[in-house]
Amino acid sequence: MKQVLEFEKPIVNLKEKIAELKRFTKDSEIDLSEEISTLEKRLAVLEADIYGNLKPWDRVQLARHAERPTTLDYIDKLFEDFIEFHGDRLFGDDEAIVAGIAYYKDKPVTVIGHQRGKDTKENIRRNFGMPHPEGYRKALRHMKQAEKFSRPIICFIDTKGAYPGKAAEERGQSEAIARNLMEMAGLTVPVICIVIGEGGSGGALALGVGDQIHMLENSTYSVISPEGAASILWKDSAYAQRAAETMKITAYDLKKLNVIDNIIPEPKGGAHRDLDQQAAYLDEVLEKSLQSLMQYSVDQLLEQRWEKYKQIGEYKTVQ
Amino acid sequence: MLKDFFGKRKKYASIPSEQAKADVPEGLMQKCSGCHKIYYRKEMNKNLQVCPNCGYHHPLQAWDRIDTLFDDDTFEEWDQALTTGNPLAFPGYEEKVEKDQKKTGLNEGVVTGKGTIDGQATAFAVMDSSFRMGSMGSVIGEKIARAVENARVEGIPFIIFTASGGARMQEGLLSLMQMSKTAIAIKRFSESGGLMISVMTHPTTGGVSASFASIGDYNFAEPGALIGFAGRRIIEQTIREKLPDDFQTAEFQLKHGQLDKVVNRLEMKEVLSLLLKFHQKGGNEK
Repeated sequence: MKQVLEFEKPIVNLKEKIAELKRFTKDSEIDLSEEISTLEKRLAVLEADIYGNLKPWDRVQLARHAERPTTLDYIDKLFEDFIEFHGDRLFGDDEAIVAGIAYYKDKPVTVIGHQRGKDTKENIRRNFGMPHPEGYRKALRHMKQAEKFSRPIICFIDTKGAYPGKAAEERGQSEAIARNLMEMAGLTVPVICIVIGEGGSGGALALGVGDQIHMLENSTYSVISPEGAASILWKDSAYAQRAAETMKITAYDLKKLNVIDNIIPEPKGGAHRDLDQQAAYLDEVLEKSLQSLMQYSVDQLLEQRWEKYKQIGEYKTVQ
Repeated sequence: MLKDFFGKRKKYASIPSEQAKADVPEGLMQKCSGCHKIYYRKEMNKNLQVCPNCGYHHPLQAWDRIDTLFDDDTFEEWDQALTTGNPLAFPGYEEKVEKDQKKTGLNEGVVTGKGTIDGQATAFAVMDSSFRMGSMGSVIGEKIARAVENARVEGIPFIIFTASGGARMQEGLLSLMQMSKTAIAIKRFSESGGLMISVMTHPTTGGVSASFASIGDYNFAEPGALIGFAGRRIIEQTIREKLPDDFQTAEFQLKHGQLDKVVNRLEMKEVLSLLLKFHQKGGNEK
């Protein structure tokens, strides 16, 4: 049974009604084709209206959808001969992040991404895609290896955030994230970051310093969750819907703010409706992105990365 | 009951009357936030706001901090005029910033520039937690990135005193991106052989702790400073367990290998001066 989101209910209800009429026609031999065709037309209008005018909160729901494709789904569709490698060589292996090498269009690349679970059991194993420091340190180890062997790096971002736990603090969550930001800044190979689900604050950013940043149409990227923002701003997490709008967390908002490079379209109703189609959309942007970055020398790449981040922000000068 | 009589506990709190409050002139005395002993503010100031009794380190405003560190009249402030816009058109944000500008006399929550410590030139950035809790928005990111870049160009060290609750929510993702902006600036500086010293003061948390504060060549902290990524309340809610009292203090971070040294404020200048001396370009001999 598919998970139905609140804003999709009118569509689902109408679809059920159409199905019912069709069944009725078949069983009773009364011709209702005219009514059915009217309803189908109405459905098309309704779908265009709802899916064409998604509100930020609707996108938050889609970004968090239990069936939304994960990093490993895209690796499976877009890459060949993926080998996953484990461990940070310091403490352990954090399964909230997957990392490895694969071929992309016959070229070796390093792929790293947050990994949520598909069910409760896997989610527990993967800590709901919320990394500990060892996850970030594993990612960094692979980035450095990619640099050594001149492989471009592709990062998939999909996390509620770095795990807020005691052990994570004791092992230096802050340092692990900060170190990644600094080291990613200096990587001598192209780095492409793609937000595929939730981009939750520093925990997302720790895989997110790249030459190009893309976002799926219904993914979000934010400094704090809408619930968190609401509870601080209005002392009530029930205002999350409002916060989702105020905080400007959608791909469209962030494109306007000049933080991301491209918005990758999603199939009608979200990525989970059609993984093959979604992978194809992603493939198109990824290929172009990689091609454009491969033409630069290391110096050019580093200079452009600095220029890219230097301009992010808004301020003015007073007298 | 008799038991109640002996076990009598105070069931009320006494609120000082307006009269009583007026007896002590505003600002003349200061109660230590650690041991609650009362001192003349002058005496506390002379001791750099470190309690003479228990050693509690009270917050210092940016310019007071600068006064304690640099040789007289050697400060040169950079980018003083930068002030925040309101990129998300966030309701009430400009008013809040203006209010803190009036309160602190600063345009933003960080002062950057250069000066000398015992004659040794260094660039610096000092955050001020009394300005929007030292939260990092576009201006703080920009000023720090520029200061680091200036240090690189001038070939001088960079010292930062952090004090921040994290990223500034009202600037949304732009504030998060200041973490990467400053990290790239620091990377360029570091690659050029620049020395960076980070001193974490109370509090250094969230996005600031998870960016420039933690990537100095040397990471120090003041005693008792709160340092960490996630807030205590969030962690307690997540793991459903009470955290120890010393959790996320400077001493806790030292114990867990996250700091090079906890440095008392009264010895800060001396330690920084010596460290600068160790890294003087062109001959490291004593």
